[in-house]
Amino acid sequence: MKARYSIFSLARNALSYHENWQQAWHSPEPKKSYDAVIVGGGGHGLVTAYYLAKEHGMRNIAVIERGWLGGGNTGRNTTIVRSNYMWDQSAALYEHALKLWENMTRELNFNVMFSQRSVLNLAHTQNEVRITKRRIHSNRLNGIDSTWLDPEDVKREVPIIDLRGGGRYPVLGGSIQRRAGTARHDAVAWGYARACSEMGVDIIQQCAVEGFDIEGGQVTGVRTSKGQIKTNKVGLVVAGHCGVLANMAGFKLPVNSRPLQALVSEPVKPIIHNVVMAGAVHAYISQSDKGELVIGAGTDAYNGYSQWGSNPVTEDTLAAICELYPLFRRMRMLRQWGGVVDTCPDASPIIGLSPVKGIYLNCGWGTGGFKATPGSGHIFADTVANNRPHPIAAPFALDRFRTGFLIDEHAAAGVAH
Amino acid sequence: MAQTYRLQDRGRVDLERPIDFTFNGKRYRGYAGDTVASALLANGIHLVGRSFKYHRPRGILGAGAEEPNALLQVESGPRTLPNVRATQAELYDGMAVTSVNAWPGPDTDVGAVNQLFAKLFPAGFYYKTFMWPGKAWPYYEKVIRHAAGLGKAPTDPDPDFYDKRYAHCDVLVAGGGPAGLAAALTAARSGARVVLADENPEFGGSLLSARETIDGKPAIDWVQATLDELRGHPEVRILPRTIVFGYYDHNWIDLLESRTDHLSRKPDDRPRQRMWKVRAQEVVLATGAIERPLVFVDNDRPGIMLASAARSYVNRYGVKPGNRCVLVTNNDGAYQAALDMQDAGIEIAAAIDVRAEATGPFTERAKQAGIRILPNHGVAAVDGAKRVRAIKAQPLAADGERLTGASRKIACDFVASSGGWNPTVHLFSQSRGKLRFDAETAAFVPDRSVQRARSAGCCQGTWGLMGCLKDGLAAGAEAAKAAGFPDTKAGSTPKASDDGFLPARWLWTVPGEQPVGHKGKHFVDYQNDVTAADLLLAIREGYTSIEHVKRYTTTGMATDQGKTSNVNALGIVSQARGLPIPEIGTTTFRPPYTPVTFGAWGGRDVGDLFDAERHSPMHAWHVRAGAAFENVGLWKRPWYYPIGNESMHDAVQRESKATRDSVGILDATTLGRIDVQGPDAVEFLNRVYTNGWKTLKPGMARYGLMLGEDGMVMDDGVTACLRENHYLMHTTSGGAGDVLAHLEEYLQTEWPELRVYLTTVTEQYATAALAGPNARKLLQEVTDIDLSPEAFPFMTFREGTVAGVPARVFRISFSGDLSFEINVHADHGLHMWQTLMSVGEKYDITPYGTETMHVLRAEKGFIIVGQETDGTVTPIDLGMDKLCSSKKDFIGKRSLARPDMLDPQRKQFVGLLPDDPEEVLEEGAQLVEVLKDAPPMDMVGHVSSSYMSPNLGRSFALALVEGGLHKHGQKVFAPMPGGKTIACTITNPVFFDPEGERLRA
Ligand SMILES: Cc1cc2nc3c(=O)[nH]c(=O)nc-3n(C[C@H](O)[C@H](O)[C@H](O)COP(=O)(O)OP(=O)(O)OC[C@H]3O[C@@H](n4cnc5c(N)ncnc54)[C@H](O)[C@@H]3O)c2cc1C
Repeated sequence: MKARYSIFSLARNALSYHENWQQAWHSPEPKKSYDAVIVGGGGHGLVTAYYLAKEHGMRNIAVIERGWLGGGNTGRNTTIVRSNYMWDQSAALYEHALKLWENMTRELNFNVMFSQRSVLNLAHTQNEVRITKRRIHSNRLNGIDSTWLDPEDVKREVPIIDLRGGGRYPVLGGSIQRRAGTARHDAVAWGYARACSEMGVDIIQQCAVEGFDIEGGQVTGVRTSKGQIKTNKVGLVVAGHCGVLANMAGFKLPVNSRPLQALVSEPVKPIIHNVVMAGAVHAYISQSDKGELVIGAGTDAYNGYSQWGSNPVTEDTLAAICELYPLFRRMRMLRQWGGVVDTCPDASPIIGLSPVKGIYLNCGWGTGGFKATPGSGHIFADTVANNRPHPIAAPFALDRFRTGFLIDEHAAAGVAH
Repeated sequence: MAQTYRLQDRGRVDLERPIDFTFNGKRYRGYAGDTVASALLANGIHLVGRSFKYHRPRGILGAGAEEPNALLQVESGPRTLPNVRATQAELYDGMAVTSVNAWPGPDTDVGAVNQLFAKLFPAGFYYKTFMWPGKAWPYYEKVIRHAAGLGKAPTDPDPDFYDKRYAHCDVLVAGGGPAGLAAALTAARSGARVVLADENPEFGGSLLSARETIDGKPAIDWVQATLDELRGHPEVRILPRTIVFGYYDHNWIDLLESRTDHLSRKPDDRPRQRMWKVRAQEVVLATGAIERPLVFVDNDRPGIMLASAARSYVNRYGVKPGNRCVLVTNNDGAYQAALDMQDAGIEIAAAIDVRAEATGPFTERAKQAGIRILPNHGVAAVDGAKRVRAIKAQPLAADGERLTGASRKIACDFVASSGGWNPTVHLFSQSRGKLRFDAETAAFVPDRSVQRARSAGCCQGTWGLMGCLKDGLAAGAEAAKAAGFPDTKAGSTPKASDDGFLPARWLWTVPGEQPVGHKGKHFVDYQNDVTAADLLLAIREGYTSIEHVKRYTTTGMATDQGKTSNVNALGIVSQARGLPIPEIGTTTFRPPYTPVTFGAWGGRDVGDLFDAERHSPMHAWHVRAGAAFENVGLWKRPWYYPIGNESMHDAVQRESKATRDSVGILDATTLGRIDVQGPDAVEFLNRVYTNGWKTLKPGMARYGLMLGEDGMVMDDGVTACLRENHYLMHTTSGGAGDVLAHLEEYLQTEWPELRVYLTTVTEQYATAALAGPNARKLLQEVTDIDLSPEAFPFMTFREGTVAGVPARVFRISFSGDLSFEINVHADHGLHMWQTLMSVGEKYDITPYGTETMHVLRAEKGFIIVGQETDGTVTPIDLGMDKLCSSKKDFIGKRSLARPDMLDPQRKQFVGLLPDDPEEVLEEGAQLVEVLKDAPPMDMVGHVSSSYMSPNLGRSFALALVEGGLHKHGQKVFAPMPGGKTIACTITNPVFFDPEGERLRA
């Protein structure tokens, strides 16, 4: 049993100069075989392992990560968490996740700093007003908190905003979800890794999956840079690289992988409280607890695997920020980076079975899967354990691209952060 | 105020030009050429701020971009700037700077209570606490947020403006030190177009801080001569105060030129900063090197600075950082600084040298100069919290991991520290060049370039001056040659000294009296308050990957991006893990090298120029008519034309009724137009539209639906056959660009065999739509075209003149009424419009905007793509399956055959009549069949369009409802917030002229 984290344990450890803290998680060598292997040590992969161990009694399992835990999109995103999605299926999924977020810190005994500081989505055109209202009505009837804000209400929430939008695209209103907010992304990966490790899950870093053993349509093992591992159940949770792994397993996914970028400013004293998203001009902003302005930019117009993002995208985003917040023009960009996002034609994820027996898919989260992390892992673990989709996952089956049952969130948000 | 620490006999500041400034409200004096840091030091001030987490007193560590500590708020009000490095801010008259993160000031800072609890705040402590009670996090967070954050953001709009420029060059040289200048010189001599940029106001780089000679003369003379020659080459652009901050793909380099920050009075007509986007054929990186501090106990006390910085203050600024210095070093090179300081009259109290044996060329010279050296010594303790007073030296044990023997206390008023050098490989790494760890110098150096770039001088690990010059000359010549210019004779390399800084001993943490973390703090990242103990804790807790160490402790993530801390952190981690540094790895360097102003990224793309505005040729008329405008794509379209104080509602009611009663006129210029030509044009149309085009004869027009690959409606519009193999396609106003891109993509990637050519001609025409029962009468007065129904039937077009100018008139209708759309050359648009308006007076012609257009088309049940459709609606859902040909293939056809597309329960297009004819539904309202007392409720559809119609005398709406095509007559409800419910009946969506008599009249 691990020592619990608290102010008391901090005080106790201070007496021994913090030299007696235990490892947050163990890093064992891979075993010869596991009951299940989760490929991808991002948030979604770790949560999947967590629930497999916790709710499905599967302890002989491993999470296999090519690089370092949380080093993919989990550690690269702008951490916006909300559940005000338009379609019923999406609303159910993201609301399921939001409820788990609300208890995550206590459940993990690891402060993930989930901060329900509210998320505003601004509308800058008549069409956006219509779509925003449609989404709000839908949220409300799905039991999700979401309210319309007139421009003056927006100003009250975000006093530093220029409602004129610099003149070109005035703010015509927006929606607010008060239970929405941000979290500390790294802490999510670490907190779940610690909890997994405590339940006996093997967390194996610096180990890339390079192929699969498939016999008669059933997976029997994975080939990794640390050797062969036998298993009958594989969960693929590799975000931008899902196409690459599907290819190794002999099937294709309807996914485009593109760099999406984000940036932060230098840290300053608190100046903006909420998360404010402006889809039409493409400017998403919040302020981290450290004081940095965290800004989400757009995806590159072409497919690629560089964790970088092209320069004109940065220019456009910062021009938009300067429009809406003229006082930020003198702020400075400190860091900029990209992550490879995996987007389906309908901008919704794929969760469920794959064409290969024993291989399960959790991908296609694109630009907006961080918010789903706990919910995604929860229903995916259930899917992997029981070899059938969890009811919330069912609509998100790969098969929908054959049947046409798409869950298209494009209309509701230009980019679904 | 006397500048007690100013040296009169050296330095590059202008003693004739004193400059007054204030620091935390107090007046001080410096000289032109000073930075804020050098001026403060001249006045004996080291304590400038408080640290991020512990609020420890902090001073000035460096003399340039590497500075982690001395961050100041410059000015207040609209021009305020947070987190400015005092070491780079040029002093100007009247400048006002204040400390950040210290209240009321750095001397008596309330936040310093944090130091009492410092023991509870190791790395990552916040992940372990603030969890109880469960709901209290927002309160903890508020406190944390206020404590964090350094400086203050401006609270007023920025009065300055910013600029951007593109440039192309053959050779870009980043850095204007000896290597960079030499490279620029040889490249320029070959005739290449050269851009030479340096972040400093003066060129010379390290030579500005040195006392070396080149060819027997002061190095600065060579700098001057080189610049003079460069200025004589017309193709050379020299950019001072310009930081090369980003290296992107294909040799795209971003530069930031600072234009007014150093001026006391900011000119109105000059951009504050200019961002250069340079595409360089070849690049020479000559970005120098940055010294790293030694990690010893309490190495953050004000007065402790880098040896190179101390040297720079003495030689370049003519400032003594103090009177009595202790040098702490692990290498020979640092003695050069000690010698220069001694020469300036500073007493070198002692040199604490961690090397077992103090040897090397500079060490020998120091010995000769009488400097007392304590070899194999560590730092046991540092005295003085707000300013170092003394340093306690003690011999190192044989393994270098502990101190042994007796300590001695050495009084001093500042300390110069040197832990070796890091080549500035940031840009090289940004270019994705591969780095190599050089064990001898314990530094990452460039290994393999991936782009057309090379490094020269210190940034590639060449340490002596002579070597740097040689490197530079060769790199410049090589770059020019690679860019296609003739070989230049580099000539002989000027003569200069060629000393490095070795030998050195790589002791990543200098042990203190007690084990690391027990007493005092060994700082690694000053700005983020990360200590050696924090790094060890991270590893102990399993955060062993260097990326985890970085994120868990935040080392290297402050505004200096780890310029002084990264390698020290790697060294400590490598030692703790027992792995060599190359196996620990290095973190990737990302742009920007130093932080870059948002405004500069935005450039002039702000205000009205944020996005181009598109105007129709009749725009000025609409403005004069008092129209309210709506953004449609990039277009500004008249939304409605209020008369007097008329509300939008009243205006729209009036416009709608007037059009149906007599005649209305709409500016339809914004519709997208694509000219489609080529022998395969009709085949192309057949593939991109759902319906068939083979039978369309010249002079005829046809409505078409365009689907995406997924079978969903993406655009609609009328296409006319102008003549054989020549068509004019109309798209929606907002969709024009996307449609063209979509069509081009298919032509270029899927059907390259089709001989079809697309040209956008949207801007070539101006269009007015006349609608209403009197449209024909009015138009006939001004045209030579026979408008009679027999001569000019519905869905055809004719060419002739209108208002005396050539025109193409379409008999098509989006209003559902008798209508003509008149196209003239864009230049004639206003003339046509004005003619129709004046001739139309007798028919009470009424201009109407997009809102009335929406009402009229909705009365007729016409969809708007993007309003009735949202990317999830098929032609079948719209009841337009008849438009989908079964005889041919088209984009999206296969998707339409998927099982779910045929599901009768899909949302389908219907009309809605609220039970209360006065009740206008909200667009976007959701519909339910079964009402419940409270959510959740099952939704069956939503309202896509909703209006009050003066023509129907009631409200009505369009909607998409599950299985709606077969639910006409059934009831649905819109439950609104606050408990109100609006009951409606599902109907056919065509409310006006269902037989089409008006349309075809
Ligand atoms: C810039 C940016 C901003 C974003 N902003 C938001 C936001 O504000 N809100 C939001 O909800 N979402 C946001 N997202 C999206 C979100 O980050 C992702 O959807 C989510 O984090 C995906 O989590 P994951 O665990 O599935 O993937 P990841 O965290 O990417 O984990 C996948 C892991 O798989 C590993 N892997 C890949 N190949 C292999 C292999 N062969 N073998 C072993 N391991 C492998 C990778 O190394 C990686 O660690 C953003 C994304 C980006 C890039």
